[in-house]
Amino acid sequence: MESPVLTIKNFCAGFGDHQILKDINMSFPTNMVTAIMGPSGCGKTTLIRCINRMHELTPNTTSSGHILLHDEDLYELNPINVRRKIGMVFQRPNPFPTMSIYDNVIAGYKLNGIKINKIDKDRIVEESLKKAALWEEVKDFLHKKGTFLSGGQQQRLCIARALAMNPDVLLLDEPTSALDPKATAHIEELISELNTMVTIILVTHNIAQAARISDYTAFLFLGELVEFGTTQKLFTVPEDKRTEEYLSGKFG
Amino acid sequence: MMKNGVNSRLVKDKIFLSIVIFFSFLSILPLLFILFYIVKNGFGVLSLDFITQLPKPVGETGGGISNAIIGTFILIGIASILSMPLGIGIGIYLAENKSGKLPYIVRLCAEVLQGIPSIVIGIIAWIWIVVQIGSFSALSGGIALGMLMLPIIVRSTEETLKLIPTSLKEASLALGVPYYRTILKVVLPTGISGIVTGILLSISRVAGETAPLLFTAFGSPYMNTNIMKPVNSLPALIFNYATSPYEDWLSAAWGASLVLVLLVLILNFIAKVVTKKWKVQF
Repeated sequence: MESPVLTIKNFCAGFGDHQILKDINMSFPTNMVTAIMGPSGCGKTTLIRCINRMHELTPNTTSSGHILLHDEDLYELNPINVRRKIGMVFQRPNPFPTMSIYDNVIAGYKLNGIKINKIDKDRIVEESLKKAALWEEVKDFLHKKGTFLSGGQQQRLCIARALAMNPDVLLLDEPTSALDPKATAHIEELISELNTMVTIILVTHNIAQAARISDYTAFLFLGELVEFGTTQKLFTVPEDKRTEEYLSGKFG
Repeated sequence: MMKNGVNSRLVKDKIFLSIVIFFSFLSILPLLFILFYIVKNGFGVLSLDFITQLPKPVGETGGGISNAIIGTFILIGIASILSMPLGIGIGIYLAENKSGKLPYIVRLCAEVLQGIPSIVIGIIAWIWIVVQIGSFSALSGGIALGMLMLPIIVRSTEETLKLIPTSLKEASLALGVPYYRTILKVVLPTGISGIVTGILLSISRVAGETAPLLFTAFGSPYMNTNIMKPVNSLPALIFNYATSPYEDWLSAAWGASLVLVLLVLILNFIAKVVTKKWKVQF
């Protein structure tokens, strides 16, 4: 395996008395797409929300263990700094409705009060939108509201917004579950192109999607990490019986 | 048989519709009558002098109500300065903390405060401020009106912010934006139209309040801009003039009523425009 950018050690998390994640140990290789799949309620979303410490924003949540980003324990840092290093894209596109496309892309700077000059702003906006494969479609009306875009375009705008902060890791929480097949294909293509620039952790309940675009796949079941390996190996010769059953559609 | 059944249902439909339309029309009538009466009696008095001149003593013709107009603006200004930050702050707190003991109590208090008669608020302001300072003042009147505005602003802010999807807040937090900046820069701008509308409506609600002002701002025949001194206001002037026996004052009261009603109408109109133009689609 390549050198890991992110390592999860003995991690548990839950809501109140209800434990969701049970002793997770895994490492995410640098600049690869890792898919986390599993049936509904298995803790996929909780896991990635723990990585950027969004989990703790919900009242009555618990977590223990360590998550290391380049040997730095994320749970010893200020969550605000963690979230600036680890970007996140949600299930439903959520561009800021009060802002233009342009302002949405640099929202991470604007909202954090980070001062940057006009030239840098223009450069970041253009680069991020190009990375998110949205530049050609929106370059002529950057100052229109982001909410006028289609669902798929809005989701790519959200990806551009996360990329603009130059994150080490990009978390995608079922980014295509609210999109039509065409927009989904577009996002998937984009994810495959992005993996040279950033480490991507993709949560999906779509087995085929994990197979199509990920380099590594983790299978999570009832809060347990059942199996983790290269996508090719996990899909062709799964070690665990549960993985095999899930892949062959016996449950899920 | 079949056809008859359908026909009778269609007739019932028509009758029901006409009754509803008739009632709706009926509800507009009082407003139309009031407007007609006020315009009929007040329009003749209205002139540039009427809104820019000070009142003249009984017997002298002419004179205006400029001190009452300025006074009303001062009172509303003081009330707004006090109730806006407080009301928006409490509204944010309640919208962000839907359950829990303290939010429950605060919400209950706001509801009860909204139900307290304005004259009682006036007495409270009188005891708390007028008696302490030893004089009627614009400040005490503004505080009384502010207490009336507060629950309206709290409720409208809370209701507006509750409608903003959590996903928007999460989008901001996930970018590493601190909680307070997320509220100030993302949540508030998204709900701005509802909040501003609530403020405007609360102003139009208290602009015509008379009872609390009788104990507090009291009224004054002079122009006064010192907030520690008594100040005249449109409702107080209307009350004093309309209960007087003088012909001049009676017609001035109609004129002042027209000015007050116009002020409230304009505020409501602006509120409508704000709701429509500043509405954020999400």
